[in-house]
Amino acid sequence: MYKYVLKRILMLIPIILGVSFIVYIMMDSAQGNALDVIGIDYSAEKLAELYHQYGYDRSVFYRYFIYMKNLFHGSLGSSMIYKKDVWDLYLQRLPATLKLASASVLLSILFSIPLGIVSAKHHGSLVDNASMVGALVGLSMPNYWLGLMLAVVFSQKLNLLPSGGNLQGFKSLILPAITIGTGLMATMTRTTRSSMLDVIRQDYLRTARAKGVPEKKVINVHALRNALIPIITVVGTEMGKALGGAVVTENVFSWPGVGRLVIEGVNQRDTTLVTGCIILTAVMVSIVQLVVDILYAFADPRLRAQYSTGRKKRAGIERKGGAQA
Amino acid sequence: MENILEVSHLKKYFKTSRGTLHAVDDITFTIERGKTLGIVGESGCGKSTTGRCVMRLIEPTGGEILFEGRDLMKLSKREMRAKRNDIQIIFQDPFSSLDPRCTVMQTIAEGVKVTGKYKTGKEVESRVLELMRIAGLAERLANAYPHELDGGRRQRIGIARALAVEPKLIICDEPVSALDVSIQAQILNLLKELQEELGLTYVFITHDLAVVNHISDDIMVMYLGQTVEKAPSEELFANPVHPYTRALLSAIPIPKVGAKKERVLLKGEVSSPIDPGDECRFAKRCPHACEACRKSCPQLREVSPGHYVACHLFGAEGKTSSM
Repeated sequence: MYKYVLKRILMLIPIILGVSFIVYIMMDSAQGNALDVIGIDYSAEKLAELYHQYGYDRSVFYRYFIYMKNLFHGSLGSSMIYKKDVWDLYLQRLPATLKLASASVLLSILFSIPLGIVSAKHHGSLVDNASMVGALVGLSMPNYWLGLMLAVVFSQKLNLLPSGGNLQGFKSLILPAITIGTGLMATMTRTTRSSMLDVIRQDYLRTARAKGVPEKKVINVHALRNALIPIITVVGTEMGKALGGAVVTENVFSWPGVGRLVIEGVNQRDTTLVTGCIILTAVMVSIVQLVVDILYAFADPRLRAQYSTGRKKRAGIERKGGAQA
Repeated sequence: MENILEVSHLKKYFKTSRGTLHAVDDITFTIERGKTLGIVGESGCGKSTTGRCVMRLIEPTGGEILFEGRDLMKLSKREMRAKRNDIQIIFQDPFSSLDPRCTVMQTIAEGVKVTGKYKTGKEVESRVLELMRIAGLAERLANAYPHELDGGRRQRIGIARALAVEPKLIICDEPVSALDVSIQAQILNLLKELQEELGLTYVFITHDLAVVNHISDDIMVMYLGQTVEKAPSEELFANPVHPYTRALLSAIPIPKVGAKKERVLLKGEVSSPIDPGDECRFAKRCPHACEACRKSCPQLREVSPGHYVACHLFGAEGKTSSM
C-alpha cells in the first residue's frame, strides 16, 4: 500500500514536467506578453531592461529552463502582473474553489445516487424516464446560461440570494453550487443508474432475495456496493475538474476562485502565474485521483485483499464474522 | 407420509412483444416429506421457472402452491420472506449467484442472521463454521472470496448458504450442471447425505437424466411448460411411455465399450412457447403424431399406478396403440 502511494507520488514528476512544458510554451507563443500590459507607461530604456530581465530577448526554451530551475528550487516564481508570489496568489484563491467544488459535488451526490438507484430499480418506469429526461436537460444546459438564469430569477426577481461574490457565506454559495451541480448531477445519475442496472440483474441479488434478506438490504448491501466503483470514478473525475476551478461559473458569479485567477492570468499574458496555477491544479487532480484509487480498495474488499497479504486473513475471522449483512 | 408441497395448476406467462410466452402452463405435482422430485426437460421447457415460482422469486400468473397446507400464493411479501426460512434454492451457476464482494463467512452469515436464532457475533460465527463443515468446506476458507475458489467449492458455499436458514424444502436448480463430472458426483452425494441427516425434501431440476436417476424418487418430465410424464424413478426408466421421454432416455450414453442401443432421434426444433395453439405441443416433433394430436392438447392420465402421461396414444386403459 505505501509502496503504491509512493509510486503514485513519484508519477507526479513526469506529469509536472509535461504539463508545465505545454502550458508554458503555449502561453509564451500567444500574441503579446505581460510586458505589453504592464509596460504601457514605461520608457523605451526601462522596457528594454525589463525585456532583458525577464529573458524576452532569448528563446522561449531559455525562459522555460529558467522557470524550471526556479521550480526545482521550490519557487513557483512571482506573477508579473500582480508582483506577488504565485504560490501566495494560488493559496488565496484556493479556499473559495475548494468550497465551491465540494459543495457542488456533495450536492450532486446527495441527489444523483438515490435518484440513480430508484431509476435502476424501476427500470422503464415513469420515475426512470423522467429522471433520464431531466439528466439530459441538465447535461445539455450550458453553465453560463444556467448561471445567468438562476441569477436573474433568484437574485434579480425574487431578491433571495446574492448574484455574485463570496461575501455572504453560505448564501453566496448556493447559486454557483447549483449551477455546477446540475451538470454533475446529470452525469452521476446516469452513471449510478447504468451501473446499478448492471448489478441489479446479477444472480447474487436473486440469491440474497432467496435467503430472505429484506429488499432494502438487498439493494443497499449487495447491489449498491457492487455498483460503487464506476460511481466513485465519476465523482473523482468531476471533483478533479471542479478543483481546476469552474472558469465559466466563477466568472458568471464573480467567484474569487482559481479559475478566475487563471483567466485573468491568460488575458494579461502572465505566463508564470498561469503555468504555476496549472501545475498546482495538476497536483491537486493527481491527489484526488490517488484518493479515488484508495477508495476503490474500500469499496471492493477483493482489491483490499490484494493490497494486504496473508497477515490479516486469519485475524479477519473474528473481526469480519459479525460484520456485513 | 404427508405431502410437504402440493402445487396445482401453476402457471407463469410472460408478456412479450410477440405475444404471451407460456413458460409454465398448468403444472401440478406433489412431493412427500423427505423425498426427491426430479424435474427434467430440455432448455427453455420451464423447469427453472417452475422452481422459482414455487419460491415466488418469480410471481406466478396463477395456481396454488400449498406448503405444509398453507397457500404460499396468499402470503404477503413479508410473510413470504419469513417462509424462505423453510424453502431454499440452490442455483445453477455457483459463481454468479454469489456476491463477489462477500467472503464465504459473510455470504453464509447473512442467511444465519436472517433466521434470527443466533444473536451474538460469536454464535453466528460458530454456526457458520458448523455449516461449512456440514457442506464440506475447510474452515480456512472462511475469509476467501468466491473468485478464489473452484466450482465445486463455490457450489458447497451455495449449499451451506441454503442450509443456513434450516429449510425443510430445497429447490435444486441444476446444481451440478456447471460442474465437472467428478465434482458432480461429490455434490450429489453430499446432497443425498444431507437429505438423510436433516430429513430434507428436494425438488431437483436438471436436464441430465443420469443425475436425476441417481437422486430422485419421482420424476416429472416437462416439455414446453407442460408435464408430459410423471412416474416413480424406476418405473419411468424401466417403462417410459411418452415418445418424448423415450427419446430422452435413449440419449443417455451407456458406459460400456461397443454397447449399442437404439436411438430415437427427434427431428425439428422445439416449437415456440409464445401463444401455443390447442394442439399437443410435442406433435411437430413426435414420430407418432396423429390427427388427434393436432386437434387437442392431451391431459395427464394415469396409465399404471403412480404413472401419469399426457399423450393421445395412451387411452384411459393405458393401452399402447401402434407404437
